[in-house]
Order: sequence, then C-alpha cells, then structure tokens
Amino acid sequence: MAKVLVFSEVSKDKVKPVTLEILGKAAGQDVDVAVFGDLSDEQVKVLGDYGAKKVHKLKGDNLDKYSAEGYSNALKGFIESQGYDYVFSGATAIGKDMMPRLATQFDAGLASDVVNFIFEGDNFSATRPLFAGKCLAKVEIQGPKPHFVSVRPNALGMPETPAGGSAEAADASVEAGNIRAAIKEIIASASEKADLTEANIIISGGRAMKNSENFSILHECAEVIGATVGASRAAVDSGYASPDMQVGQTGKTVSPSLYIACGISGAIQHLAGMRTSKVIVAINTDPDAPIFTKADYGIVGDLFKIVPILTEELKKIQN
Amino acid sequence: MNIFVCVKQVPDTETKVQPNADGTFIETTSIKWIMNPYDEFAVEQALLVKADNPGSTVTLVRVGGVKDTEALRTALAMGADDAVLVEADDNLDSYTIAKALKGGIEKAGKQPDIIFAGKQGIDDDALQVPQVLAQMLDLPAVSVIVGYEKSGENISVKREIEGGALEVYEVSTPCVLATNKGINTPRYASLPGIMKAKRKPMQQLTLADVGVSEDDKRLKYSDFKLPPEKPPGKKFDATDEAKQQEVVAEVVKLLREEAKVL
Repeated sequence: MAKVLVFSEVSKDKVKPVTLEILGKAAGQDVDVAVFGDLSDEQVKVLGDYGAKKVHKLKGDNLDKYSAEGYSNALKGFIESQGYDYVFSGATAIGKDMMPRLATQFDAGLASDVVNFIFEGDNFSATRPLFAGKCLAKVEIQGPKPHFVSVRPNALGMPETPAGGSAEAADASVEAGNIRAAIKEIIASASEKADLTEANIIISGGRAMKNSENFSILHECAEVIGATVGASRAAVDSGYASPDMQVGQTGKTVSPSLYIACGISGAIQHLAGMRTSKVIVAINTDPDAPIFTKADYGIVGDLFKIVPILTEELKKIQN
Repeated sequence: MNIFVCVKQVPDTETKVQPNADGTFIETTSIKWIMNPYDEFAVEQALLVKADNPGSTVTLVRVGGVKDTEALRTALAMGADDAVLVEADDNLDSYTIAKALKGGIEKAGKQPDIIFAGKQGIDDDALQVPQVLAQMLDLPAVSVIVGYEKSGENISVKREIEGGALEVYEVSTPCVLATNKGINTPRYASLPGIMKAKRKPMQQLTLADVGVSEDDKRLKYSDFKLPPEKPPGKKFDATDEAKQQEVVAEVVKLLREEAKVL
C-alpha cells in the first residue's frame, strides 16, 4: 500500500472537486489530504467519506496568498517530515504552476495533467494526452521518490459512492521561506462565467463570425443556457475575440458536456482542443467542413440564421 | 542585460499525429517543424526588453534534434543575437530538458538577468519546464504571463488564471518568465533579418557537454495511441430557410432526449 498525499486548494471553505475525484481513484492506498489554512469540520468529514485518513491543515506566515515558491517550500518540508511515496494535486492554475517546482525540490519526476491513473501492486502508471489530445500515452515515473502527479479536473469523474470512513484533522506548522515572486493584486475577470476549461456548455465562434460585434448573438444564446463563449484561433487572430477565449492546441483544451461550434471549419488544431467534449453540435454553411466529422449533430446552414432560432428554442425549454 | 529565451521546436499544429512503430513517440519522419507558438511570444518579449535596455543581448537556448533548426533560425531572424543548441532527441521529459537548458545557459558564459520561455510546449503539453528550470537555478518564476512592465528595480507581470482573472506579481531579477498568447504580437522576420541570421553565432553542444545523462530521465512513455474515434453523427440540411425552424427544434429535442445534455 502506497503512502499518498493529495494537496487540495480550498476556495470558500470548499475543497476542489478534483480532490474528491483523486481520492476515489486512489481508494485502497493510504491517503492523506493537505490544505493551506483552515478547513471546516464538515469538509473534513467529506474528505473522510471519500477515503482520506488524515487531513493536514498547513499553517505558517506568508501562505495566505498563493506563490509558487511559498507553497512548494512549505509542502516540501511537510512531505519530508511524513515520507510520502506519491503526491497528487489537481492540474489547476495553481497545480500546474507549483507542482513542477515542488517535484524539482526532490529532484523527482512529475506526470502532469494526467487523465487517468492506476496503482497495481508496487507499480503506478498514468495516461496523459499529448499534442492537445491528438494522441494518448502511458507514462511511468522513475527516479527518486516521492513521485508527483497532477490530474486534469473532470477527467476521472466522481466516484459513484464514497468509500465511507472518517478523517482525523490536525494542524502542522510549515515555512514558506523566501518568496521573490509575490502576488500584489488580483484583477477579477470581467465575466462571471465559468472558465472555458471548467464550463459545462461552450458555444464557440469562428472566422465566419466576421467581426467582434457579431459575437453578441453567441453571448445571447450562452446567456439562456449558462454557457461560456469560446472562439477559434482564426477568430482570435482576426481580432474578433480575445486570446483567453481561444479553444484549440494553442489555446485551451476543453471537455464540456456540450460544445456548439458556430462557423468553425474544424482545423486540426481546433479539433484537438475540443474533441473530448461529450456532445458536439456544429453549425456551418460548408457541408464538407471537417468539423462535421466530429459532430454528433451537424446543421448545414447559415449561423446568423440558425443561432437566433436556437436561442429561441432553448428559451422555450428553459421555461 | 543578459536575456535568455528557451525555444522548443515542435511539430506544426496542422500535423496529423501518428504513433511510431514501437509506440514510444509519434512518427516524425515527414513532420514539418516549427518554433513552439508560445515561444514566439517569449522571443518577442525578449526583443522588446532589449530595445528598452540598450546594450542587452538576447541568447536563445534550445534542446532537441539538429537535423532541422527552423525554430532557432526563425528566432535569430526576428532579432535574437546568438544561440546555444544542445543536441538531443525530441521526446525528452521536462526534467531532462530543464537540466540541459540550465547547462546550455551556463555554457553561454554570462549570468542571466531574465530567462523567457513559452508557457507550454504544444507537443507534450507538460507545462513544467519554466518552473523546473527556475527551481534548478534557484530563481523565482511566473508562468502564463500576459502582461510585462518595469517596476523600479523589479518587474511587474500579470499571470492569467482560471476564468480570465489575473494575478499581478512583483518579481525581482534574475527570474524566469513564461509567456502566454496575448502578451504581445510577435514580429515577422524581415528579409535582411533572415540573411543576417545565417551569420549569427550558434554554439552546438551534446547532452554530455551540459552534464545530462540517461539517469536524469524521470518519465518513461509507452503505448502511444490515437484516441478512440467517435461514431458518425447526424447531419441536417438547413440551407433552405423554410426548414431552419424545424431542424433546430429537432436538434434541441435530440440534445434533450437522446444526448441528455440539456
């Protein structure tokens, strides 16, 4: 049985859902959870229910705000004191940034952004998408332990029924050390919509949107179904949409339950970024557009006509 | 200032990826190689910083195959001054690459003030090298930056996080900064730039020269395969305006009742 630590971010006294996904998949190992700062008894109970044995609340100066140096220094000291074999985190903005630094403090390997993993006896292996998901590969970690793994949110899925159990909570004091890159300010996003990578529904526009004003028809539709608006590289490079909206190999890799592609032809690099969406709808005037090969439901027609009708139809079912 | 840029050469984004015969990587024989798109922003930012700090140099460091040197030639043509190329396979893990980059930077014989890199290689999508390299050099790092400003002795950078929110960092130099799309608009190489690039110095080293061996390998890849193909979907013709209402209503119904996503 491997000794495993799952690091979890906490926001508004809630652990990240990916933490529970990892706990479910790591069932059968000796698993602890670590968080920075406080966590309610209620959340400790949830973690115990999903299989955590201990919940360590790491406390120290200069850890109220995230920094790659502070978090990795503090975790390094804590991990050394406990002797873990494996350390997991979600491949979130923080996980992606901090885990490489933490692993290197141990001269250890990190399998980042994995979409599956398995413990088999003393062996561990994971599956990673490469080339934005154009292919998948098995990855094993070698060299000194602990071995580090970051897991893509929403990839493992929630365990159907929590294993049941209870976790013991304890405080541990840790040192953030020297922080040379520190957050001075956080600028909230203008949009209150879910991030593309976390969105349940995405409606994206391509070059055929013709200009940025026309994106308003996508926003209107998105409003009705709580979707996040995305864009193709062609639309971003033409200045119709901002770079943080870009879906594809040089933008964001997304896997919503519903992806609606409007006026997107389906360049290989775009398909790579959205092909793992559960259901894909494509709207395009060109019946031979490559996007139709990936679409569950294809509508050959003018998006400027189709999208407003779609918005009205969706309004009907929302009421 | 001594500015460094880590550059990776990756398969073009339009590449149809095929696993190789033994499943350890992809087939690379007929691939068109390009500079990693996120590294173009790193090169551009380095050139902008150089323009603001006369007397600075921009040195490129790349670890990878030497048969094709498109990425370095493009960056030199954009205006970088010189390059260090560490000959290696194109499928190394992040730890090995970072250690080789560190060795390459040390061989260049000047203390770095800023090391730029793209936030991610679009081949293995690991997002590791900038922070690994920074830790190996004991430097601070900020990744996924979309804004850069001088702030007295320090640098103020904006890092993009979930939902398009931004973290504003103050970071001391020397440091490692990993660029995201949106930070600048990379320039095109001019014709005179391309001609000049051919005469710019490029130091070529081996992995042994920079102290990297097989023992540094941290990840072992196998079973490269294509993701499962989806069965073909349903396609509706709505080019005729009279049919549009009916088609859209049908698709919405299918989304609700068949796909169950609404």
